[in-house]
Amino acid sequence: MYAANYHKPSSLADAVAALASNEDAKVLAGGQTLLPTMKQHLAAPSDLVDIRGIDGMVGVSVDGDMLTIGAATTHAEVASSADVKAHIPALASLAEGIGDPAVRHMGTLGGSIANNDPAADYPSAVLGLGATVVTSKREIAADDFFDGMFATVLDEDEIITAVRFPKPAKAAYAKFPNPASRYAMAGVFVAQTGGGVRAAVTGAGSDGVFRHTGIEAALSSDFSPDAVDGVSVDAGDMLSDIHGDAAYRANLVKVMAKRAVAAAG
Amino acid sequence: MTNVSMTVNGKAVSRDIPDTTLLSDFLREELRLTGTHVGCDTSQCGACVVHVDGKAVKACTALAVSLEGAAVTTIEGIANGGLHPMQTAFNDHHGLQCGFCTPGMIMAGIDIVNRYKAQGRSLSEEAIRDELEGNICRCTGYHNIVKAIEDAAAKM
Repeated sequence: MYAANYHKPSSLADAVAALASNEDAKVLAGGQTLLPTMKQHLAAPSDLVDIRGIDGMVGVSVDGDMLTIGAATTHAEVASSADVKAHIPALASLAEGIGDPAVRHMGTLGGSIANNDPAADYPSAVLGLGATVVTSKREIAADDFFDGMFATVLDEDEIITAVRFPKPAKAAYAKFPNPASRYAMAGVFVAQTGGGVRAAVTGAGSDGVFRHTGIEAALSSDFSPDAVDGVSVDAGDMLSDIHGDAAYRANLVKVMAKRAVAAAG
Repeated sequence: MTNVSMTVNGKAVSRDIPDTTLLSDFLREELRLTGTHVGCDTSQCGACVVHVDGKAVKACTALAVSLEGAAVTTIEGIANGGLHPMQTAFNDHHGLQCGFCTPGMIMAGIDIVNRYKAQGRSLSEEAIRDELEGNICRCTGYHNIVKAIEDAAAKM
């Protein structure tokens, strides 16, 4: 990889300042996507601002029906957290299915959603649960946060500090992993929330994670796997590549939605 | 250049290194601990797995400078007098052919067993196969690796 300067600030203010004062600086959290991307020369930041030394960036806390997870909390920590398992087991099981054990020991929630890989798992949970992304300058509703493939509404000098997940009545995630890469070819997170039924799709959409209104409408009147049968998923909105064409992915979305609803019980 | 200090296999080490030095390069080139192998260098194969503060990590996907103060254990650091039970089990079950993936397999295997024991979970053959998702072996077909980890789990 190209040379870069490493910073490990101990406060959020210093981290924001380091980002703001270096034009091509990037936030480093677990580095499980950023470092491989830098090795391939697909990213060449001048500076890396490691947020793992900042107080309060790691950990899970519960306040009533709200679960708050620090941005630098690893997938392994989320997967094994008693609080996450008790309040939103679907989130713990999603985290347990990301990458492999070594990647889960390093990769973070904040890194995953900031990168917004179209095949990443976490964006579907954040969107499916109607979570709130807390940053160094504001709070952003999940519906407003994701901005197409590999894009979010985050400013260049804005750092995610935590994500707040409201506890759903029921929720589950089902994905069909690519047999080689294990990334989702289609993953659907369904949840019965205070704001109604939500169904977020990852891996399949041509513009990254999205909510499927047809599935949501069908599940709102009947939260059962069979209710998804009559839903039409438009192949025109799907990714098409050597791993699966658009029609195949559209069908996978329905199948994963049914599996997720069945798992939610 | 940044100075980094950490403990590797119980020994304090300190070096001035370029900021983008990967942990795998730090171990192999700076410390000459060449038991940590670099297979794919793209975070897929797991040949470079080491333990950082007791957790399995892909050394090719971590910056050495980010591990200031960490305790790192490599394949060179697990035998204590005799072989580690995981090493013995790989030997007993012939859990290798060319041996390239073996350091990573053994470090991953120890991590799997330690985690399952700490969480009070039982480690089935199916769970071992699932847990080895990030470690690739192109020789053995995994059968003997799985048997070795199963065997070591009973002895660790």
